[in-house]
Amino acid sequence: MSDVRLEGVRKVYAGGVEAVKGVSLDIADGQFCVLVGPSGCGKSTLLRMVAGLETISGGTCAIDGRVVNEIEPAERDIAMVFQNYALYPHMSVYDNMAYGLRNRGTPKDEIDARVKEAARILEVEPFLQRKPKALSGGQRQRVAMGRAIVRKPKVFLFDEPLSNLDAKLRIQMRVEIKKLQRALKTTSIYVTHDQLEAMTLADQLVVMNKGQVEQAGAPLELYEKPQTVFVAGFIGAPPMNLVTVPESGLPGLTLPERPPGPVVLGVRPEHLHEDGASPFGLAIEIVVTAVEAVGAETYLYGALNGDGPELIVRVAGRATHVPGQRLTATAAPDQLHFFNPQTGKRIG
Amino acid sequence: MVERKRLLDFLPHLVLLLGIAIVAFPVYVAFVASTWDAATISNGQMPLRPGPYFLENYYRTIFVGTSSSTREPVGTMMLNSLIMAMCIALGKIAISLISAFAVVYFRFPFRMAAFWIIFMTLMLPVEVRIFPTYKIVADLRLLDTFAGLTIPLIASATATLLFRQFFMTVPDELVEASKIDGAGPMKFFFDTLVPLSITSVAAMFVVQFIYGWNQYLWPLLITTKDNMQTIVIGIKKMIVTQDALTEWQLAMATAILAMLPPVIVVVVMQKLFVKGLVETEK
Repeated sequence: MSDVRLEGVRKVYAGGVEAVKGVSLDIADGQFCVLVGPSGCGKSTLLRMVAGLETISGGTCAIDGRVVNEIEPAERDIAMVFQNYALYPHMSVYDNMAYGLRNRGTPKDEIDARVKEAARILEVEPFLQRKPKALSGGQRQRVAMGRAIVRKPKVFLFDEPLSNLDAKLRIQMRVEIKKLQRALKTTSIYVTHDQLEAMTLADQLVVMNKGQVEQAGAPLELYEKPQTVFVAGFIGAPPMNLVTVPESGLPGLTLPERPPGPVVLGVRPEHLHEDGASPFGLAIEIVVTAVEAVGAETYLYGALNGDGPELIVRVAGRATHVPGQRLTATAAPDQLHFFNPQTGKRIG
Repeated sequence: MVERKRLLDFLPHLVLLLGIAIVAFPVYVAFVASTWDAATISNGQMPLRPGPYFLENYYRTIFVGTSSSTREPVGTMMLNSLIMAMCIALGKIAISLISAFAVVYFRFPFRMAAFWIIFMTLMLPVEVRIFPTYKIVADLRLLDTFAGLTIPLIASATATLLFRQFFMTVPDELVEASKIDGAGPMKFFFDTLVPLSITSVAAMFVVQFIYGWNQYLWPLLITTKDNMQTIVIGIKKMIVTQDALTEWQLAMATAILAMLPPVIVVVVMQKLFVKGLVETEK
């Protein structure tokens, strides 16, 4: 049906600021692609260029094989869900959803059928005659999505659609968006700064930083094999422990197998174990500085050898540790990541 | 505690009532005067209760007119005033909405220059530019026409500014959503922007209707025929008579009638008016 292909897409603003520095990306038909990164990384700009709300300074953007650089947003056959919903405040829910179809001259009975269908899927039927003002945040979000799906576009674009919702609703809507996209099989691009949202929604996860793609791939691939220090630190919560280890090693840190030269060592908190001693892997000695219990697990914050860099160790369930306590944590060799400290790129 | 509260409730109400009495009393006297005959008023013995000539006086005022100075019935004057005030108010709103739309949503050369030129006209009300404006209207042979009466007063920096401020608070996402929904600029303007500014439009309508209705100097210059007279000028003409007795009861009836349309506009539009001036929530 429709794929999205970006080739060397760049955005340079009038002041000379380069917000997007040549992004190439293939999003297959029906794929859910999530762009994630810190604020200011260019992810929203990229999405808006696909939508046609920003001009493309360089490169090409093709939807379904057609280059759309110079095509108006309305003719790109896309639908967008905005962070603040952007519902027309003076129109009823029904009119909000029907507006785009009316502008395209869709026959009345078809509009009616499509709006009712979308309202049924999104469970907003009881509110069709209400104004957006009379709806809760979650309901408004549903209407915004309804406005997108009635159009049956080639591509859905989501610009941080869940950021305005409270935590509980966000998780619920996240699951629903995923279900909806699965059911409709519409190619989707979703922008978020929340890495958990990104991990759970994405078929293809794209981590962006400073206007460039750091790494793109399946979410678990990015989790298991981050290609750069940035991705390693960005994906996963709490973040991966990253320690710069000089050639001579660090006190309190035993590392039998390592690439030559200074390296950045990465190991996830959940891969550090207090008990299972592994002679070939990593062993670190830390002094606990803080204990964070969240119920199902406990995070121990500690300093390497008492005065070194801070590390986080995850312990399942409750922990009896107290600050000041010294402990040895180990990790298996296949759970260690090494990066070049100069380039930030993965070694091996 | 209870007593103190009552006292605190009572005092402001007393002040407000006194205020209302001071403002309303002259209006009441005018109304009373419009219900007596000329003799009762001019001998200075007019009682403070309505008299028996209400229907007669108002009938004469509206349909016949005074016997001296201006012979035009006030009905015609009211119609003239109404047409003038409506044209000015609606014209101002229409022009200002469009110019504010242009200034806020389009990037054209000298956009800010255009905006500042509009802004500067705030310093040039009719009174300041009265001679050149009169000359133009006269050269265009628009004297004694409604066009000449209203068009020079229609351009409005105030309304343009108000709408500009309002448009700037409309979230950009609405424009973007409209673009994606396939609405062009004018469709966005009529489908989204105008319905959203309805309260500001109402506020502007109230202000500008009263402004138009109260126009004195401009109609005085532009209109010479009796049948083009506006009510505000009519009142003035009724009172200034050197050789005849002023028909005070008719002048007062005219004053009351002249007051009614603005009052009706304010009362009807009050809710929207207040909302339009204070509302910030989108």
